[in-house]
Amino acid sequence: MSKLITVSPSPHMHGKDNVKKLMYWVILALLPAFLVSVIFFGIGALIVTAVSIVACVGFEYLIQKYLMKVKPTISDGSAAVTGLLLAFNLPTNIPVWIILIGALVAIGVGKMSFGGLGNNPFNPALVGRVFLLISFPVQMTSWPEPVVSRTQYADAVTGPTPLAIIKEGISDGIPVSELMGQIPGYFDLFIGRMHGSMGEIGALALIIGGIILLARKVITWHIPVSILATIFVFTGILWGANPEANADPIFHILTGGVLLGAIFMATDYATSPMTPKGMWIYGIGIGIITVVIRIWGAYPEGVSFAILIMNAFVPILNKYIKPKRFGEEVQNG
Amino acid sequence: MLKTFPKGGIHPAEYKITAGKPIEVLPVPKTAIIPVSQHLGAPSTPVVKKGDTVKAGQLIAKSSAFVSANIHSSVSGKVVKIDNVTDTSGYRKTSVIIEVEGDEWDEKIDTGKTLKKEFGLSGEEIIKKTEEAGIVGLGGATFPSHIKLSVPKGKKAEVLIINGAECEPYLTSDHRLMLEKGDELMVGTKLLMKALGVEKAMIGIENNKPDAVEHLTSLAVNYKGISVHPLKVMYPQGAEKQLIKSLINREVPSGGLPIDVGTVVHNVGTAVAVYEAVQKNKPLVERLVTISGKSLKNPGNFMVRIGTPVSELIEAAGGLPEDTGKVINGGPMMGKALNTIEVPVTKGTSGILVFPENESKREEVQNCIRCARCVSICPMALEPYLLKAASERGMWEIVENDKALDCMECGSCSYICPSRLPLLDYIRLGKSNVSRIIRSRKQ
Repeated sequence: MSKLITVSPSPHMHGKDNVKKLMYWVILALLPAFLVSVIFFGIGALIVTAVSIVACVGFEYLIQKYLMKVKPTISDGSAAVTGLLLAFNLPTNIPVWIILIGALVAIGVGKMSFGGLGNNPFNPALVGRVFLLISFPVQMTSWPEPVVSRTQYADAVTGPTPLAIIKEGISDGIPVSELMGQIPGYFDLFIGRMHGSMGEIGALALIIGGIILLARKVITWHIPVSILATIFVFTGILWGANPEANADPIFHILTGGVLLGAIFMATDYATSPMTPKGMWIYGIGIGIITVVIRIWGAYPEGVSFAILIMNAFVPILNKYIKPKRFGEEVQNG
Repeated sequence: MLKTFPKGGIHPAEYKITAGKPIEVLPVPKTAIIPVSQHLGAPSTPVVKKGDTVKAGQLIAKSSAFVSANIHSSVSGKVVKIDNVTDTSGYRKTSVIIEVEGDEWDEKIDTGKTLKKEFGLSGEEIIKKTEEAGIVGLGGATFPSHIKLSVPKGKKAEVLIINGAECEPYLTSDHRLMLEKGDELMVGTKLLMKALGVEKAMIGIENNKPDAVEHLTSLAVNYKGISVHPLKVMYPQGAEKQLIKSLINREVPSGGLPIDVGTVVHNVGTAVAVYEAVQKNKPLVERLVTISGKSLKNPGNFMVRIGTPVSELIEAAGGLPEDTGKVINGGPMMGKALNTIEVPVTKGTSGILVFPENESKREEVQNCIRCARCVSICPMALEPYLLKAASERGMWEIVENDKALDCMECGSCSYICPSRLPLLDYIRLGKSNVSRIIRSRKQ
């Protein structure tokens, strides 16, 4: 036989999923929530998203090409996911130059300084968001009015988020039953008609996205379920103990970044644990820290901080939480 | 709910192209190349020399150690050479080369097709005949079968498991065997039960072969103690430890053997071989081989004499296609790529797969994105990403402590990895280094 044949070790077959496909499924799963923000925030949502994605992909390209001097890998879609998630974490009236700074911090500091895809210990989009929140607290906490601000960008009418109203009110000693009248009703909270960051408002749309990711096996249920269950139970206990000084658990799940965080941010591959048991501990940790910040901390919202704090524990969880090996503990009979 | 194992597993595309192709008998080759090492363990010692005339079924190499197996001539003719010849492993091994004349069988052998159901032999006699016939595990591991039948002191076999899972994509030889040699399989199973002294045998079959499940279930009515169990289609269902877990819910301990949990596993092909050896005095000189591939003209299931060159088998399947990029001995998940098709079919050849060029090369590798898929699909609940990283850096202590030696090399991790990392390659590297370290520690 004259023909050369390939010799390589097994396996000789390969699954169809690759990094690019997984990233594009994440983007697809984020689209329902994106549509909700376009409906409620209009032009601002479009501008923020476009700028953030272009900036993140662009910075990754420039850093890989001119600083790291490697072949750019922007086509894998991970920079676009970071850009989209960063946009989801910003108010839709935020100035373009702030978005650019956020994108540079997210990609440059959060991702590429650690070696790029898969090597970063902290969620890049959240690194960007938290950097902006601390650096530009005014711009990062003025939220455009839904619906009426559709055609406005920088000049949008702004107001506080439901979480901020409740937190402020409680610290002023106003009973929760009275405060609930100042915020949108549960139906509005569920569809996303409220003040808030671009992508965090649409609870229903985020849940649909989560179902897409679960059905397509892009993520497993462990992290979202453990976070949501922990927040629900923790806030439920506080509410049960004193319903006039604490908001109910459904309010806590539907407002702020809980759903966005639990489904899309905390499940980021590189920064979450590798084993189901580790995922449970990680999720419960995020839930507890979120509630602690919301109830007792200085900020009305704590999901971003909670995820970043638990990101730091992931290497330890991976080191000490091992799967139960096959044949390790034999209980035969 | 179909029975299955609880941890990990994948479901690759099945490509059972040849499932509907009845067994064909491949003509006897002109020259048979019979390696003296076709099994796990020590090579056998040739007992024939150049110029000898041999009959089909005649002993040509004798088992040389405790773990070794007899080798018989698969053809009649003249020994022209005893030489080193490349075999399916890619290494040159001592082989008896026989030029074929006619097809004359040893007189003791009953080559008839009539089913011989009754037997009056004791367990020891069955084991002895299995040993004499040179029977080895035909699922691909080729471990000498008589050793598995001799239960060590202090252990007790409670149930015999017959492996008809055939979880590898493409392969269909066990499937056809179950359909066409069902009664022989049943009698062979009874013989194995007698040898082990057990009253119960379970045949496990992946549920993508409903016809085989149905056929054997209807036959099992006439054979006391044998039951047939459909299993969930999940790779590696046919791996020994996973099959035991699926069928009797026991976990073979790390580093242990099936007999530690009271069972012994034999492949369906082995059971039929035992039937032929005991009831028909026929040693293991031929086996069923699936030849398959997307571009082959006539893929099929062939009964092939041991020692037939793979190239002749490919000819029978319509010749090597123009676009061939890889030829695999075994299944696509665990089989070995051949470096030439001029190698003989041996006892362990369950299939020959011809892959087109565009499916033969590996894809470009990316960074590990820590998606945890390798961890979630590992049937042994290992952490392939970690074993790879540790092996890459020579951190053998981690490789050993994190149980790399439990890895059976099923390939699920490399299959699933979205970054196309060669996880199993690195785990193999880690395993061989850890084995070396453990050996040096004992000295």
